Amino acid sequence: MYQYDTYDKTLVDQRARQYRDQAERRVEGDLTEDEFRPLRLMNGLYQELHSYMMRINIPYGTLSSAQLRKLAHVARTYDRGYGHFTTRQNIQFNWVTLEQSPDILAELAGVEMHAIQSSGNCIRNVTADAFAGAAADEIEDSRIWAEIIRQWSTLHPEFAFLPRKFKIAVTGSPNDRAAIRVHDIGVALHLNAEGETGFEVVVGGGQGRTPMIAKTIREFLPARHLLSYLEAILRVYNQFGRRDNKYKARIKILVHEIGAQPFAEAVEKEWEQIKDSALLLPEDEVARITSFFAPPQLEKLGPTAPAFDAKRLTDRAFAAWAKANVVAHKAPGYGIVTISLKAPERAPGDATHTQMDAIADLADHFSQGEIRVTHEQNLVLPHVKLTHLFGLWQALAHHELATANAGLATDIVSCPGLDFCSLASARSIPVAQRIGRQLSDIERLHDIGELRIKISGCVNACGHHHVGHIGILGVEKKGEEFYQITLGGDPGTDAAIGNIIGPAFAGDRVAGAVENLIDTYLAQRSTNAERFIDTYRRIGAQPFKENLYATA
Amino acid sequence: MPLLRNGHIALDQWVAVGDDEALPEDAPIIVSLARWRAERGSLVDEYRQIGIRLKGGDNAEEIANDLPYFDLVAIEFASIADGRGYSTARLLRDRYGYSGELRAVGHIIRDIFPFLHRCGFDAVEARNDRDAKAWRESVGAINVAYQPATDNRLPTTVLRHLPLAAAAE
Repeated sequence: MYQYDTYDKTLVDQRARQYRDQAERRVEGDLTEDEFRPLRLMNGLYQELHSYMMRINIPYGTLSSAQLRKLAHVARTYDRGYGHFTTRQNIQFNWVTLEQSPDILAELAGVEMHAIQSSGNCIRNVTADAFAGAAADEIEDSRIWAEIIRQWSTLHPEFAFLPRKFKIAVTGSPNDRAAIRVHDIGVALHLNAEGETGFEVVVGGGQGRTPMIAKTIREFLPARHLLSYLEAILRVYNQFGRRDNKYKARIKILVHEIGAQPFAEAVEKEWEQIKDSALLLPEDEVARITSFFAPPQLEKLGPTAPAFDAKRLTDRAFAAWAKANVVAHKAPGYGIVTISLKAPERAPGDATHTQMDAIADLADHFSQGEIRVTHEQNLVLPHVKLTHLFGLWQALAHHELATANAGLATDIVSCPGLDFCSLASARSIPVAQRIGRQLSDIERLHDIGELRIKISGCVNACGHHHVGHIGILGVEKKGEEFYQITLGGDPGTDAAIGNIIGPAFAGDRVAGAVENLIDTYLAQRSTNAERFIDTYRRIGAQPFKENLYATA
Repeated sequence: MPLLRNGHIALDQWVAVGDDEALPEDAPIIVSLARWRAERGSLVDEYRQIGIRLKGGDNAEEIANDLPYFDLVAIEFASIADGRGYSTARLLRDRYGYSGELRAVGHIIRDIFPFLHRCGFDAVEARNDRDAKAWRESVGAINVAYQPATDNRLPTTVLRHLPLAAAAE
């Protein structure tokens, strides 16, 4: 993974010192809250319902074991012993004080981490495929380009005060695991006929109150032009994006209002002027960054692992876990392991400091010291020998980390909701927990198969409900919490926004409604291999709707 | 409000003139884009120094052809959140070759000085005299530039591969 050189180190150290000065001036009253707000936001500090919350960047979801141990330390020392992994591959600490926030940033700088631009109306942490560098289906490691974007966007002086926040995602695989089409800019790596690396560029996707799927504005951009093209998009947006209404300020509204084609023309016109400027990526710099993402030194193994097969035959629980939580690695004899942070009764995405320490140790033992964060709010050990899986599974189980539900119905994505968030209209976590209880039977869960349930506590859609196969949106009506259900959303290659199925449900009826939708699916699926989303696409919403509201 | 030029308190001989105000005798003036457009001919005929004040939504392109007439361009930041002026400044300097005074006016706090500086501003209407020291300290507080900008600082993409940098590693 990427390692800081003296320039990177200098920047985060200087930034940590600068923030300490700003925080002290705020504490002393030298800065008003209005003046301090944009500054603290540019360093990831939000004021929440009960406390300050600090969001720390995990660039493209890649962590070293040392970094994860530091996050455990922060959780233990400055928070209440846990952290929350987010849908943007970051981590949030919910119980931080203003006075201690500079100390946290200083600690993070020591392990090459920071919170620069993790909030505010600027370019946020760049995300990528959580399986990058390991996935059997990838063209090239997307993190090379995500790191290049991370550096370019960090403290970019022209784009620190955009109309609204700005999110960029990169995929290096034709199977999009980075949800690029629901980002402000999505970058999909391709090779052209000559075998050169380049990118399809999509713009104007997003969720929130006005969900939209991004439009392609360029089919193939040669890799060396990546930064000038991004700069052209951002410059057009910075000048012409709406600033009169924060709900219409995202780039998706600009693209929608002027049209994708005119927007693309404006970008191309700007790009023509700057494409051969100092933004042109030097080959030696691309080579330098690429070298950090060289494939790990893995043993040459055969594709089969008899010991692993034998264990699966004799231990059903292990077999269920391996089936759901392990996917193919590009190196034979290895697997990519998802560590579910969706154990029953836990808040989705939360991990305690002891769990983080344990995972860091397991990463050192089994996975080249590397950990990933997924946008489904799970963690990943990307390079595990199949023969080590049984031992790993046992160790994970000891820490309540072996829930066999990756990609299944109880692998629920959820925002923190009204329990923590000052923007929320309704609670999210208790709804996720109730659905988890309802679907606790592991055999049945596996029979249902892949089903993405996503819950947001308000229209800002941090829980990504628009792209859930089943999406659940909390709304407030006359002081009571209700939940609207959408069907058919998908964040991936066939990206789609879900459709509202009908009237909302009270909180205690949501789990029953989900159960009802699953029953319809099980009755209607053509084969056991047809996933929920496939059945929905084949038969449409009507059969689901009829059953769901039949008894109402 | 003190004027800072390159981080030092400077004499401000310019007079900002409202759209309906009479022009002062013999002083360099700053007028709005609207007034410039309306009175361009007579303003130029007076052979005085002219500055123009752009609002956040006025784009660089709108004055690109008129730049030879201006010795000062003031760009207004209505609030700290309005970042359009950064793009305007970079375009004036980098694309249209403007080399006169580029002044940030409006809601300016010292924490945005580094961004202003990197985008080509050399003057600000500051809040108080202490801001002079703040400018000098803050523009260099983070001396690593990950990206090229208008201040011509070498970005890390280039700096890392200079022969000297390699020797220093």
